[in-house]
Amino acid sequence: MVTETETLRWIVALPGLSAAVHGVLLGVVRRTLERSLVIALSCGSVILSFVLSLVSLLRLDGGVLVDPVYAWIGAGTFSADVTFLMDPLSAVMCLVVTGVGSLIHVYSIGYMDDDHREDKGFQRFFCYLNLFTFSMLVLVLADNLVLMFLGWEGVGLCSYLLIGFWYADRWNAYCGMKAFVVNRIGDFGFLVGIFLVFWSFETVAFRELQAAMGGIDPRLATLIGLCLFVGAAGKSAQVPLYVWLPDAMAGPTPVSALIHAATMVTAGVYMVCRMHFLYDAAPDASAVVAWTGALTALFAATIAVAQTDIKKILAYSTVSQLGYMFVAAGCGGYTAAIFHLGTHAFFKALLFLGAGAVILAMHHEQDTDRMGGLRTRIPRTFAVVSVGVFAIAGFPPLAGFFSKDEILLTAWTADPRLWSVLLATAALTAFYMFRLWFRTFFGECRAPEEVKAHIHEPAPVVLWPLYALAFCSAVAGFFNFPQAWGGWFPYPSALGHFLGFEHHATHGAPELQLALGAIAAAALGALLAWLCYVRLPGLPARFRSRLVANAYYVDRIYDALLVKPLVLLSDAVLYRALDAGAIDGALVNGTARAVRAVAADVLRHLQSGFAQAYLVLMLLGTVAVVGFLLR
Amino acid sequence: MIPLEQVLALSAILFTIGVVGAITRRNLIVILMSIELMLNAVNLALVGFSRLWAQPDGQVFVLMVIVVAAAEVAVGLGIVIALFRNRESVNIEDVSLLKW
Repeated sequence: MVTETETLRWIVALPGLSAAVHGVLLGVVRRTLERSLVIALSCGSVILSFVLSLVSLLRLDGGVLVDPVYAWIGAGTFSADVTFLMDPLSAVMCLVVTGVGSLIHVYSIGYMDDDHREDKGFQRFFCYLNLFTFSMLVLVLADNLVLMFLGWEGVGLCSYLLIGFWYADRWNAYCGMKAFVVNRIGDFGFLVGIFLVFWSFETVAFRELQAAMGGIDPRLATLIGLCLFVGAAGKSAQVPLYVWLPDAMAGPTPVSALIHAATMVTAGVYMVCRMHFLYDAAPDASAVVAWTGALTALFAATIAVAQTDIKKILAYSTVSQLGYMFVAAGCGGYTAAIFHLGTHAFFKALLFLGAGAVILAMHHEQDTDRMGGLRTRIPRTFAVVSVGVFAIAGFPPLAGFFSKDEILLTAWTADPRLWSVLLATAALTAFYMFRLWFRTFFGECRAPEEVKAHIHEPAPVVLWPLYALAFCSAVAGFFNFPQAWGGWFPYPSALGHFLGFEHHATHGAPELQLALGAIAAAALGALLAWLCYVRLPGLPARFRSRLVANAYYVDRIYDALLVKPLVLLSDAVLYRALDAGAIDGALVNGTARAVRAVAADVLRHLQSGFAQAYLVLMLLGTVAVVGFLLR
Repeated sequence: MIPLEQVLALSAILFTIGVVGAITRRNLIVILMSIELMLNAVNLALVGFSRLWAQPDGQVFVLMVIVVAAAEVAVGLGIVIALFRNRESVNIEDVSLLKW
């Protein structure tokens, strides 16, 4: 059942209009608004967008909403329209983006208020944040691949702008560029995938594609699926393109929460779920997706174990959790992937914002080596972060437990080897999260005295979004309560029914035992962390590994293998030899030099100044022309 | 009636005299006169052809050329007078400053 509506365009347009107003004021008029007006405009637009999303969700009623805005591109058989589509999948995404986005907008009021590094940054920050929300909503609500790609690039741009928000520090600008360049590699794959889709099906609209998918050549489906997955791996920070995400932490913390944890980085997972009909037809591509996800999950988790920067730990954790989602999507458990996407958005946003509150309390200190004992000093922050830690570690009945358990179940039915990798990752996740928790909030405070004296709870505008997110992290798991666990819960598998993906076959799997295994793994990780960082504090030093602490030197390997040769090629061959040498030297300056040589030394003697010499030349010329014509 | 060949021969002779005069003489007045000679040689040829074809076009052209020649002489003599006031000379070799 397809309902046409004009609500969807306003969901997208409101944050976009707000960003445009800020952009015109800052860029053209060159004036800043009152602080309160900035807040009203930016936060108001996103919150209104959230309300409209809720209204649309209620109108969905088992069908889809379509909002054809206008025909964007039409050339021959190719057409790409600006048409927004809300089906259950995009409705969930839309709610996550606008819901978590609203909370983070509100949080940013308090967080950026504290920031005095740049005077005019407040409005610029909200302009970018609105622009990001707009782009993300375009991505999520697009009804075809080309419009989705527009949003895809838009969020990449905003990510770049916000990572390098404090651009006065060169390192931040470098991190922004790194994120952008690595994403370009993924986007190239995505683009090739779109071209292949159009070449094969002569359409890029999702609903038409789904109808055209019957009887597709599996090899073609695999090729397209792999190309699109390259894009997803870039955007969602999977091996080998994950390197930009840890460095993206150079941006302000609300940005890390919104873009680099809750929404943008999940775009790849969303895209795979959106194209699920393609991946269903391409088992090989799905296997690549699942194994890349599993590898990433384990790999990133091991790196997170040895990090000391609070945001870096969370960044590697995000990479790892995104790996989980890809395992689920690759195994055909699209519901599980989207479920984990949603719960992860809650608890990871909560953890990042909580980390931001800690960073504020510590006066922009991010190193957990100089924290500790904060439990008694900032008890409210401690309480909400604890909810996040227990949720991500996978303790029932918090959200992370249910979604992770469902992914483990999916992996078990697809391939027990995948399951074992994920179980190990779950233990590691619990370990590094509790390590973070113990080192930040327990023991002695290792901060310098002058910082220690000023540790304080953040403002209410910072705390309230945290409470809301903590509540969501605690209860979101019940949105998809496992059916197999008895009928006492009135709405089992609510999300699964709502999304309506073909039910993933999990019959015969020992669901209860698997859940117990997951809890045991989480408990083991937490216990180990307690042993290492509370009971026997001298223990970790014996296992300290420079290899892991330096993230396996992946950045340096990439630098030596890819970046350096590329820079060398660009500098020595493309720049010096080709551009400066051949084009500038030979062609541009060479032409000028040749003209000068001929004109200055030979031709100028014709210009003698004697009128009769010119007359003779004119006569000769006329004779020549007439002779030629009479020949 | 004078045949066309003789008209054209006279025209060619007059034109050549004009060209040689314009190239070889140094006096600007004489050069201007030589140019007039060339123009009138062309006029003669035009009139000759006009009569041959019994068409008025050639004579129309001649009128045009006479008008242009009159204007040209007016401008040319004006330049010569201006030059003479500045340099006290009408020798073309004295005005060769405009070069490379």
